[in-house]
Amino acid sequence: MAFRAFCLTFAAMHEASLVASLLTIMREERGKYGPGARVSAVALCCGALSNALPEALATAFAVMTRNTEFSGAELTIEEEPLRLACGACGEEFSPEAFPLSPVAPCPRCGEDFGHRVLAGRELYVRRLTIEP
Amino acid sequence: METPVVRNLLENNDAEAAQLRALFAQRGVAVLNIIGSPGAGKTALLERTFRDLGGTFSMAVIEGDPQTDNDARRIVAAGGKAVQINTGGGCHLDAALVRNALNDLDLEALDLLFIENVGNLVCPVEFDCGEDCKVALLSVPEGDDKPEKYPLLFNLAAVMVLNKIDLLPHTDFNIERATRSAGRLNGKLATLPLSCRTGEGLDGWYDFLRRLRTDKAAGMRAAAGS
Repeated sequence: MAFRAFCLTFAAMHEASLVASLLTIMREERGKYGPGARVSAVALCCGALSNALPEALATAFAVMTRNTEFSGAELTIEEEPLRLACGACGEEFSPEAFPLSPVAPCPRCGEDFGHRVLAGRELYVRRLTIEP
Repeated sequence: METPVVRNLLENNDAEAAQLRALFAQRGVAVLNIIGSPGAGKTALLERTFRDLGGTFSMAVIEGDPQTDNDARRIVAAGGKAVQINTGGGCHLDAALVRNALNDLDLEALDLLFIENVGNLVCPVEFDCGEDCKVALLSVPEGDDKPEKYPLLFNLAAVMVLNKIDLLPHTDFNIERATRSAGRLNGKLATLPLSCRTGEGLDGWYDFLRRLRTDKAAGMRAAAGS
């Protein structure tokens, strides 16, 4: 538990940079609507291999939107699992024992390394809900 | 009203890094982003580099640390030029911080620019700073399993510098394990075992820098001629 708390504190800086970018994107997208437009919800896609922790993103978002134009906006984080194509036999799989690592045994041939990442590096805004 | 928007969270940084890369290409400066743990020997490697190649190349360092200008002062003492960035609690440098640091550097006069990132094997990997290549700096006391634990860095780096090989007799570090796992993460990764303390293996690092600089200058001339 202490270790997890440490990870969250440590990672929160890096996620804070990412949330700052998110707020810029929200501001720009809202600007395409009228002056009274309000962002009520935002959905992010966060890949397992993106090096961003969903919990830390949520914490940074809560802190950084408090008492701002975005206060009350609801953040949804849709996690994208890691999908690999085996470097040796091409088998497509999601590693189970270590779902965050591209180094994992292929369920078909056992190869550990050299897998191609098919999905899991994503970190992007997927949807915004804007009340004009 | 719900509206689909596909915008990468790192789009601003990536755009800024692309501008920096174009600027570095135009000026013919080869840029290396050095990423390693605190204490791995990033500053020590640069001190040696300035002492040994200071007469050959014009070089500068952008130093990223949460606090203090200790590293910048070490570089200056080794005869180098350094710009210190203090990130406060920040765990990485990004393209905007590097761009600000350029205000204190004359790119026109530089052959090589080193970005010494904040000591950390995770966050700095995500933020492109416009560099030509990332250097993964691993040291013997950290253990031979680091490429397996921090795969993204070793996957994206052009070279793995393995520092403090003078300590090998005193540890269980297995060079073969480290190079094999790093090499399987990245087939193009070159490994340079060396010791900044004894000087062993530094020639390989210097050859790497010379090649990078030669390629960059050739690229600049080709762009100017076309």
